[in-house]
Amino acid sequence: MFRKNSELIVLLLVLAAVLLLMLAVNGPSFFSLGNIQSMAFQLPELGILSLAMMITMLTSGINLSIIASANLSGIVMALILSALVKPETSPGAVIAIVLLAILAGAVTALLIGLLNGWLIAVLDISPILATLGTMIMVGGIAIVLTKGYVLSGFPPALLFIGNGMILGIPVPILIFALSAGLMSLILSRTPLGAHIYLFGSNPTACFYSGVDNRKVLIRTYVISGLYAGIAAAIMIARFNSAKADYGESYLLLTVLASVLGGVSAAGGFGRVSGLVVALVILQIISSGLNLMGISNFLGIAIWGIVLIFVMIIKYVIDQRQLKGRTA
Amino acid sequence: MKKLASRHETYVFIVILIFSIVITAINPTFFSLENMFDLMKSYSLMGTFAIGVLVVLIGGGIDISFTATATITGYTIAVLLLRNGESLNIFSVFLIAGGIGVLLGMINAAIIHFFEIPSIITTIATLNIYYGLLTFFSTGKWLYGFPTWFGDFANLYVFKLTNAKGGSYGFSVITLIWFGFILVGWLMLRYTVLGRSIHAMGGNLASAQRAGFNILRLRLFIYGFMGLMAGFASVIQALLVQTVAPNSLVGKELDVLAAVVLGGASLTGGTGTMIGTLLGVALIAIMSNGLTLMHVPSFWYKVVIGLVILISVGSSAYRRKRTSSQKLIIEMNE
Repeated sequence: MFRKNSELIVLLLVLAAVLLLMLAVNGPSFFSLGNIQSMAFQLPELGILSLAMMITMLTSGINLSIIASANLSGIVMALILSALVKPETSPGAVIAIVLLAILAGAVTALLIGLLNGWLIAVLDISPILATLGTMIMVGGIAIVLTKGYVLSGFPPALLFIGNGMILGIPVPILIFALSAGLMSLILSRTPLGAHIYLFGSNPTACFYSGVDNRKVLIRTYVISGLYAGIAAAIMIARFNSAKADYGESYLLLTVLASVLGGVSAAGGFGRVSGLVVALVILQIISSGLNLMGISNFLGIAIWGIVLIFVMIIKYVIDQRQLKGRTA
Repeated sequence: MKKLASRHETYVFIVILIFSIVITAINPTFFSLENMFDLMKSYSLMGTFAIGVLVVLIGGGIDISFTATATITGYTIAVLLLRNGESLNIFSVFLIAGGIGVLLGMINAAIIHFFEIPSIITTIATLNIYYGLLTFFSTGKWLYGFPTWFGDFANLYVFKLTNAKGGSYGFSVITLIWFGFILVGWLMLRYTVLGRSIHAMGGNLASAQRAGFNILRLRLFIYGFMGLMAGFASVIQALLVQTVAPNSLVGKELDVLAAVVLGGASLTGGTGTMIGTLLGVALIAIMSNGLTLMHVPSFWYKVVIGLVILISVGSSAYRRKRTSSQKLIIEMNE
């Protein structure tokens, strides 16, 4: 119990420190409505992709194919939209087509997740290799479908997902809040969630307590794929385009965000709340530097430094507790 | 013979053989010496990275940061070459790049060792730190216009031949350097106490520790060696393209990992061979070259590579499963 909370406390302290620092260098403009709104537009992409990464890391796996899945399902959405939406289509029909496109994108993401789950659970391939293979293959299919070009020009109904606001709150952050809430529910309130944690801590014990390990793994990767599909809708709506190699730099950053948020790379530990705090920390750093007119690359370097710093603090705390117990 | 049939390398070799026959049947230029020499020259970059990745994997770790390390070493030598290129020679360039690489690799090792942070997490963090800092300070500027001796060295050949059109080609000195690294790596892994200790550490960390191996020193070595190879690879990259760009290498780390894994190295440590790694790189090289020569549109390339990786890891997982269930049966019969 203490361990769980101590992690969240460390994260919140880091959050407070980062916030104070950015406030000190940027002044009150950091808290302006415009800045907060722009942060709320930027966070969800990495956020939802990190949720997709997190759930697989809880089972001591990893999903390297999330970005490729997101791009492919984004491309499927884009292809359907550009094939069906014509200038003369009525607004009502456009909305129906947008929904259909999103559904098709979600099915694509789901199928990729199913493939990953099958490779990992049934064929017994290690997650990093299986998803490395699907990452390259799915990325390849995306290139084949688009011939490497950018697909762009979407109807306003879709763009609303990425750029719209409801009562002054950006739609992407609402979708992120829903996704995070749902993930939190799955993990803490359903049998599947309990099985995911159990499998992550000890697959053998999980098996002998009567859990169908294969089912747990397949469902985990299907959910991960679906979250990549949600991220896809936001990504293509924000960029107003789809392409085979968007957001490739996000891949390792989702691992970074998850680990920063307290997800153990060995599996079994980590909560959505930690991940959300971690994402806010990362977003504050990058927005703060952006306000100062500093290149985003310094931000990425600082993200890495913060991760190692937090891991070192955790290590020190763990060591102390270990000593306390043996003494 | 039976031993040969059970080895992963044999399967990779057979796959390469089949691919080569098919490609040659469709386009005979594939099997020309000229094409082979060109391939070996251009894949010496990936091949050099792969040597380092193999050593880290055998030692039970993983390193994602090597492309960022190579970006830093490549940029450093590029700046030095532009400032006082005439006072440098090829040895000092390799030495400087390798030295910085070793240092950056050892930083990884120290973080992994002293704070018990998993190697994949540590190196994802340092990848971002190294790459972010370099791109920030260099402002992403491309560097080119190196001294003439640097360009001349890249065009040195061990021996030269003339093709039908009168152009010349040959066995590049860059390929020779890469083969030199392979030889050293192979000897080190196979015939030295150090190499065997790395296998021991990767096979079972706790046992190696109890048996008295100095884990810190071994880790410093494997990640330092990875850094050394990254540094050397950055010189090869600079020689090959005569331009150093901060964004040309980062993002390729998983491709190299895929090649090494195709060659049979295991991510759980302890297993993997230099021959296998060489075959893994060769497989990737031949497939991409072959698709071009067979006039398959280049965007199919990744689909094929992905499929080959999935089939390869799938079949070796299947074989492993079968042997382990056979073992179980034998144990039960006894």
